[in-house]
Amino acid sequence: METIILFSPLVGALLCGFGWRVFGERAAMWIATALLFLAAILSWIVFLTFDGTTEQIQILRWIESGSLSTDWSIRLDRLTAIMLIVVTTVSALVHLYSFGYMDHDPQWREGEVYKPRFFAYLSFFTFAMLMLVTSDNLAQMFFGWEGVGVASYLLIGFYYRKPSANAAAIKAFVVNRVGDFGFALGIFALFFLTDSIRFDDVFAEAPRLAETQLTFLWTEWNAANLVAFLLFIGAMGKSAQLLLHTWLPDAMEGPTPVSALIHAATMVTAGVFLVCRMSPVLEFAPEAMAFVTVLGALTAFFAASVGLVQTDIKRVIAYSTCSQLGYMFVAAGVGMYSAAMFHLFTHAFFKAMLFLGAGSVIHAMHHEQDMMNYGGLRKRIPYTFWAMMIGTLAITGVGVPVWILTLGEIPIGFAGFHSKDAIVESAYAAGSGIGFWALVIAALFTSFYSWRLMFLTFYGEPRGNKHTHEHAHESPVVMLIPLGVLALGAVFAGMIWYKSFFGHVDQVAKFYGIPYAEATEHAEDHDDKTQAEPAADGPADAHHVDAAEGGQGDEKGHGAHHYAFVGEPGQGSLYVAPGNTLLDDAHKVPYWVKTSPFAAMLIGLLFAYWFYIVNPSLPGKLAENQRPLYLFLKNKWYFDELYNVIFVQPALWIGRQLWRKGDGNVIDGSINGVAMGIVPFFTRLAGRVQSGYIFTYAFAMVIGIAVLITWMTMSGGAN
Amino acid sequence: MTVFAFYLFAISVITGGLFTVISRNPVHSVLWLILAFLSSAGLFVLLGAEFVAMLLVIVYVGAVAVLFLFVVMMLDVDFAELKAEMAKYLPLAMVIGVIILMQFALAFGAWEANPVAKTLREQVVPTNRHNTEALGMILYDQYFLLFQLSGLILLVAMVGAIVLTLRHRDDVKRQDVLAQMYRDPAKAMELKDVKPGQGL
Amino acid sequence: MATDLTLILPEVFMACFAMLGLILAVYTSKDGMASQLVWATSAVFLVMAIWIGTTGEGTNVAFDGMFVDDAFSRFCKVAILLSAAAILLMSEGYMADRGILRFEYPMLIVLAVVGMMMMVSAGDLMSLYMGLELQSLALYVVASLRRDSVKSTEAGLKYFVLGALSSGLLLYGASLVYGYSGTTLFSGIIQTAKSGDMSLGLLFGLVFLAAGFAFKVSAVPFHMWTPDVYEGSPTPITAFFATAPKLAAMALFARVMHDAFGSAVRDWQQIIAFLSVLSMFLGAVAAIGQTNIKRLMAFSSIAHMGYALMGLAAGTVLGVQAMLVYMAIYVTMNVGTFAFILMMQRDGQPVTDIASLNLYARREPGRALAMLVLLFSLAGVPPMLGFFGKLYVLRAAYDAGLIWLAVAGVIASVIGAFYYLRIVFFMYFGDETDEVMTGSKSPILSGFLMASATIMVVGIVNMFGIEGAAAFAATALVN
Repeated sequence: METIILFSPLVGALLCGFGWRVFGERAAMWIATALLFLAAILSWIVFLTFDGTTEQIQILRWIESGSLSTDWSIRLDRLTAIMLIVVTTVSALVHLYSFGYMDHDPQWREGEVYKPRFFAYLSFFTFAMLMLVTSDNLAQMFFGWEGVGVASYLLIGFYYRKPSANAAAIKAFVVNRVGDFGFALGIFALFFLTDSIRFDDVFAEAPRLAETQLTFLWTEWNAANLVAFLLFIGAMGKSAQLLLHTWLPDAMEGPTPVSALIHAATMVTAGVFLVCRMSPVLEFAPEAMAFVTVLGALTAFFAASVGLVQTDIKRVIAYSTCSQLGYMFVAAGVGMYSAAMFHLFTHAFFKAMLFLGAGSVIHAMHHEQDMMNYGGLRKRIPYTFWAMMIGTLAITGVGVPVWILTLGEIPIGFAGFHSKDAIVESAYAAGSGIGFWALVIAALFTSFYSWRLMFLTFYGEPRGNKHTHEHAHESPVVMLIPLGVLALGAVFAGMIWYKSFFGHVDQVAKFYGIPYAEATEHAEDHDDKTQAEPAADGPADAHHVDAAEGGQGDEKGHGAHHYAFVGEPGQGSLYVAPGNTLLDDAHKVPYWVKTSPFAAMLIGLLFAYWFYIVNPSLPGKLAENQRPLYLFLKNKWYFDELYNVIFVQPALWIGRQLWRKGDGNVIDGSINGVAMGIVPFFTRLAGRVQSGYIFTYAFAMVIGIAVLITWMTMSGGAN
Repeated sequence: MTVFAFYLFAISVITGGLFTVISRNPVHSVLWLILAFLSSAGLFVLLGAEFVAMLLVIVYVGAVAVLFLFVVMMLDVDFAELKAEMAKYLPLAMVIGVIILMQFALAFGAWEANPVAKTLREQVVPTNRHNTEALGMILYDQYFLLFQLSGLILLVAMVGAIVLTLRHRDDVKRQDVLAQMYRDPAKAMELKDVKPGQGL
Repeated sequence: MATDLTLILPEVFMACFAMLGLILAVYTSKDGMASQLVWATSAVFLVMAIWIGTTGEGTNVAFDGMFVDDAFSRFCKVAILLSAAAILLMSEGYMADRGILRFEYPMLIVLAVVGMMMMVSAGDLMSLYMGLELQSLALYVVASLRRDSVKSTEAGLKYFVLGALSSGLLLYGASLVYGYSGTTLFSGIIQTAKSGDMSLGLLFGLVFLAAGFAFKVSAVPFHMWTPDVYEGSPTPITAFFATAPKLAAMALFARVMHDAFGSAVRDWQQIIAFLSVLSMFLGAVAAIGQTNIKRLMAFSSIAHMGYALMGLAAGTVLGVQAMLVYMAIYVTMNVGTFAFILMMQRDGQPVTDIASLNLYARREPGRALAMLVLLFSLAGVPPMLGFFGKLYVLRAAYDAGLIWLAVAGVIASVIGAFYYLRIVFFMYFGDETDEVMTGSKSPILSGFLMASATIMVVGIVNMFGIEGAAAFAATALVN
């Protein structure tokens, strides 16, 4: 079944990309979409029936070279299962949505066939992404990693007649190269250290890595820290974290369904997935973890602040994505991988929905993307409005604070509410001040810019081209169905899986297939560890009996039991080091902490309401008064300009030098010189020597003999 | 005595060779060549190879050299012109010649017969057997294969000469001996009475 | 004697065949028999090739060591016979059209082939020379077979005079070797060469012998006759020159170097490497200036001989194997290429100007494609067999430590690719011209062209087992 999930997008891509001449355009698109829906349905079956045991399904032997031995196989565990449903569901819906959105694209002339190509790219992307998430070794993962990079490049540059789209595609590719270099170095380092790139072997070696020192770039490093750091650089590139984030907003040049699929729901979360997947290594690398936390927090804050002032509807959502990814990294950085995955999971739904909603708005407004030209669209496109509303409620984290009302033990609220609160609480519980405060402020900003987007788009008076507004129309039903499905996810995903992702230790452990044992105290001492040992040896089965009992007990009264993760690295899909009691701690943070994101949301909402409904002239005045700050935010903290000066210009200069001087003069010059000067010279010479006179020929022979004899005399019997 | 004869013949071979090359008159050249042949025949006699010496005299002097003489006299080749042409290349040719000569001087100056070579070398004069018999043994027994191959080579030469020179031209009248012999005057001749001033 | 004769039975049989054929034709319809004789000769070649290829076993020596029958000689003989048979079949139509299909022609070819077979089996300087002369003399004659053409006559004369000079060099070398080693037998020479240092005289003898062989394989600077003779001779004769005699001379070269001077690899390695590098570069550079495809093929074969010599220069088993494989591929390529050249004609007259190939691909796409494959293979473009031949010799040179030679070979092949590709350019992208070439429709020529091109593509799978046979032959030679 997993194999079918993995390969049906590839088959779809091939059939659609190469076979559309045979089947016809529409049929090819339906084939790709149908295969994707098949994959999505199977993925849900896998996810729901998955029992937490890690499975490995070998597909073929891949590389055998020296001690490097790599299979191409599927590693199916909870992480993979989560990613499977996220990827296939969003992808299937985006396929469907694209039927409407890509129809009559003004970028293409009459009669040009572009849709099968688009669908083939989408399916190919899905395949590569599935390769990435199902890999059981780093080489396969890198293959998928690069595969999604290629697909992303192709899709960002899909409108290849637009120079800006081409530039954005190249930018995305190049910036990702920087990250990929780090990732590749990380893989090399792991292979160097553990002589294997299979996850099982690498994870088993993780504790040893922590005790190994390694010299890299003339510096002594702790091996685990170095590896984690290098892998995180790869994740930074893919997930658009600060310093390597510049490509993501530009990537919005691609068609909106692409933005929804790749640059919101799936590909950009690959970095988070990588970090979670490598949790056994990260757990032994505290410095690298701290770095991840800080960088994630900074990204969340930075991106949210930039999002406040953008006017392009897609860019706002893009910065929002960037910011939300920062949240996930903070969660992973403090050691709450489960919360990171939770947010990844819920974010996929509501962010894809926001993007698709935005796409619907853009579609309605004839590809107008500037929010300053929107306004009052609530009436014209009601379904889209409601979908966007649900998305906004989800992303801003609307819900009922736990101390007021819960449903059983589950807080009531939209999906984003659960996952975001989980992260904020974890950050506080981990004692990361910067993480906590940055995230709370980011939450405020998030709320502000999200509502700003809503108010500017759907409320107020219509602005901009009157004609466009008059012709604004609701999108076709193929575009609305995906919105509806995603809306379900955005509303309920948080509540349904709250327990599994962020419940008590035993619930989470069961979900992820991590061995756990009862603990009387938070900090495990050695006795507990030895107790847990046999259980850890016979991995899941013994625990499941245990877990089942525990599960029964939960219903009655939970307070009596305390559980702790006890797995060895590599057991289960996540590894939580002994002593990492964050999950318990996070539930015990003070109420003001639990309420703070909610408060931030409310403040953001009020500000937005005030700025854009009550007193619409205020933003303009504020921008005038605080011009430097406004420009600073508007220009994205001048990152692009900075990079332009630091990297792009020097690189261009070096490139030009090498091209003009090195390539043009030296290489071309010498080759051309040889090809056009020296060789013809010898050709003429040879022609002249070939005089036709016998004595010339005889002379040549005699000279040859003389030379050879002289040579032999000089070298004189070499042996 | 033998030593004296050897040097006499040796010097005359070299002189003959030298003058063959440098004499202006081609007929003189051939005559010098004949001297060289005769002297080398003398050298063979000194070595005890009378048969080869006789062959040299008969074949080379008697046939080849005389053939040369005829060719030279019959072909009107302007040797002076050819030599003038060659004079252009003389300096370079001299340089190369000197170089090669020096190399050989080096090679022969250090003449040292390898001891293995000495054991491998065959006797010049066969023992217990006179010259002709020994040659016969060599030609028809030891070197039978080579002898036959030389025969093939000569065959090729002959075939080649025929292929390249024999022509059957349709427009050339050939002598047909039989036809001539069987010619009948009665049929071959016809008397016509030609009237003056009219022609045929 | 009886066992000796059984060993040279193929040669004896062919010599008798030649003589009987001559007599038969002379006493019957003379040139009217020529066509039948050509077919009969090809059949005999084929039968002999099968006979030699399937029967011989081990290493046998006849006539006191003057004749050697081993795996190496058998490999070469089979290759020589097959290529000669192919060329003969190809030549029949062309020669008949030009009125130069004489009955002596196939018989001279038979005798030349006998000479070549003697060459590759030579175990003595004298039998070497006999074989060489038998072959050369027959070739001199066929070169000027078209005696009413000034060029053909000139070609024959030039070839003869320069050939005589090279024979002189060779004989001088042979006499030096004899003088310093005391014997003409290879087995004796190597004894002398092994005992102590090689004397300078012996080295000089080696150099002169090498010069003589270099003339026969047309290696620079003893190559000057090649373009003129190739251009002047009738095209089928040129095709013959480019194939079997080259192979035979190369085999002879290898045989003398390894059998007689196998202990002095380091000495002759320098000479051959020198010849090789000069040939590769001159062949590549000089061919660029050619407009006549026959002259171009002459320089092409000079360059190819350079590569084959590179294999020989390695002085190892792998080197000889590489050389044999290279020569086998080279001969196959040339058979196909010359089949194409033989088809080049306009209004019944042969043309050899490259420019007449302009846009040939539009008129004859199939043949143009086959020629393209052959040219790519000649240039050594990867998917074709020619590339693997080059790879082989380069590897042999590299393994033998002649890295500079291998590098030079690669550079020369880059330069050389130019003129092959130029022909391709003419065929596919040339200008429209009035002088349109109308290819002949001979099925035999087309068949050889297509077969050769197919081999170039299909052969990359396992080279038809040539590799194994060549390895076997090489081990028989080098020890």
